[in-house]
Amino acid sequence: MNQNKLPYSIFSLGDAAITIDFGNMIDQTINHQVISRFHQLRENPFLGIIDIVPAYSSITIHYDIAKIRHLNSGTETAFETVEKLLEEKMMQSVPERTIEKRLIKIPVCYETEYAPDLLQFLSAKNMSREELVALHTQKTYNVFMIGFLPGFAYMGEVDEKIAMPRKPQPNIVAAGSVGIAGKQTGIYPLISPGGWHVIGRTPLKLFDANREEPILLKAEDSVQFYSISKVEYENY
Amino acid sequence: MKIINAGIQDTIQDSGRYGNQHLGINPTGAMDKYAMQITNALVGNHAKEAVLEMHFPAATIMFSQSALIALGGADFSPTINGEPVPVLHPIIVNKNDILQFHKPINGARVYLAVAGGISVKSWMDSRSTNLKAKVGGFNGRKLQKDDHVLFRLAYPYPATQKEFSVLPWKADIKVPSSSQHEETSQLFYILPGFEWSQLTTESKEQLTNNSFELSQQSDRMGYRLNNIPLITTLKDEVISSAVSFGTIQLLPDGKLIILMADHQTTGGYPRVGHIISAHHSKLAQLKSGDTIQFRLTDLQNAEELFINQQQHLLQLQNACSFRLKEYFKQKN
Repeated sequence: MNQNKLPYSIFSLGDAAITIDFGNMIDQTINHQVISRFHQLRENPFLGIIDIVPAYSSITIHYDIAKIRHLNSGTETAFETVEKLLEEKMMQSVPERTIEKRLIKIPVCYETEYAPDLLQFLSAKNMSREELVALHTQKTYNVFMIGFLPGFAYMGEVDEKIAMPRKPQPNIVAAGSVGIAGKQTGIYPLISPGGWHVIGRTPLKLFDANREEPILLKAEDSVQFYSISKVEYENY
Repeated sequence: MKIINAGIQDTIQDSGRYGNQHLGINPTGAMDKYAMQITNALVGNHAKEAVLEMHFPAATIMFSQSALIALGGADFSPTINGEPVPVLHPIIVNKNDILQFHKPINGARVYLAVAGGISVKSWMDSRSTNLKAKVGGFNGRKLQKDDHVLFRLAYPYPATQKEFSVLPWKADIKVPSSSQHEETSQLFYILPGFEWSQLTTESKEQLTNNSFELSQQSDRMGYRLNNIPLITTLKDEVISSAVSFGTIQLLPDGKLIILMADHQTTGGYPRVGHIISAHHSKLAQLKSGDTIQFRLTDLQNAEELFINQQQHLLQLQNACSFRLKEYFKQKN
């Protein structure tokens, strides 16, 4: 299927943002289209765009109502103008970007000290820690989107055997915590309330305000986890 | 200026850190941007200049140099050197003058603007404090006792008076709900959200007919409402996608949350509605225990109201800059 011809719908997200939605799902083809459209808009934005936010299967454009209304001289709503401009963009095909697909290897300590939900997770799944670590580290994951917190990468999809609905009650989660929710896996960049099952922790900083690139991962990166011991974690 | 006593949450904020939401970096910025813009206008600043946002109890501040300042947003009965001063007026303060706040009269957030702006390092094109990421503003945190906050400019006018002086004009705006009207709930226009249609008929009626009280869990991130749980017919989980200031989400327990300045960039809860931009200012001046009501409107009306607000602001900016010029021309 030509990825440029994926069906979509457009709707308003309040009066100052608009969302193009490709269907409420986690799918790599759809997500690739979202990211391609994101780059298309970033490289050739139209006046009045404030922010472009790609997600799993949608892309949202925050815009400046006053600027857009100034451009269209008030002949129609800002929403109508932005909708038309986006429809035009969507008519254009997106050239395949020649990106170096980055593969980022992330060390994770899967010891209970750094994995508060590990024991419960293992008993719910009736599996050993070794099995879990093997299943979680064997796959290469795709980063679908960055959202929620600065640098929080939504990755997937984990093996069916370690998929698990999120916890009913969120609790405070340490920075670097590696979690599972449904078929997603992710890393908390900052201490935060969280509802994902924490099965390990990485010593890497997913977010560092003082780094030239504060955010470690970006959408469409490939990620592999590898297991490190408690000692390795502490001396990392 | 020096913080003599810290308030409960005093942070440096500007119009927000935009352009980085694809990295998960949330915009933060002033809760009441309109009040921030007006306060900036009163001292002749650019609308987006960084200001100090304070809640009640607010900080006690000593000025280390002469400055042209203004207070806007909430009225916490401010005094300078013990003498009451009004909000929404430009005020010339001198070295060692002490600004204090005594009692919340109306609103929830007061803004202090200083002519020339507050000097803090910009991070990713904004001076706003991101408390969660501990970055931006004053070392990424709220102000503490003994902090020295520097101004970007020296006082640009000759200091002639011995006493502080309140300049004789006032920004003409509608004040936020006054305490006398605490019984009546405030009306907010909303636009239906993407999952609005998934609410049951009964829940839709509850959303537009009932009053909602702001719970204790109401802060810069969002306002949780005390409401009868609403019900959706949604079967599938909503996949995470972008949210916005003013988005009303339905939490798994059926309660509502209105997302505010420190909201996260994306979320996976149903979006039942969005409060229109023109009402964000009065939304930002609510506090726990206040009650609100929602009324559906359309995009046309939402945009008109916003444009009207912006035009009013523009007039105010022009008037303020004219008055300031005239005033200091006479003084020279």
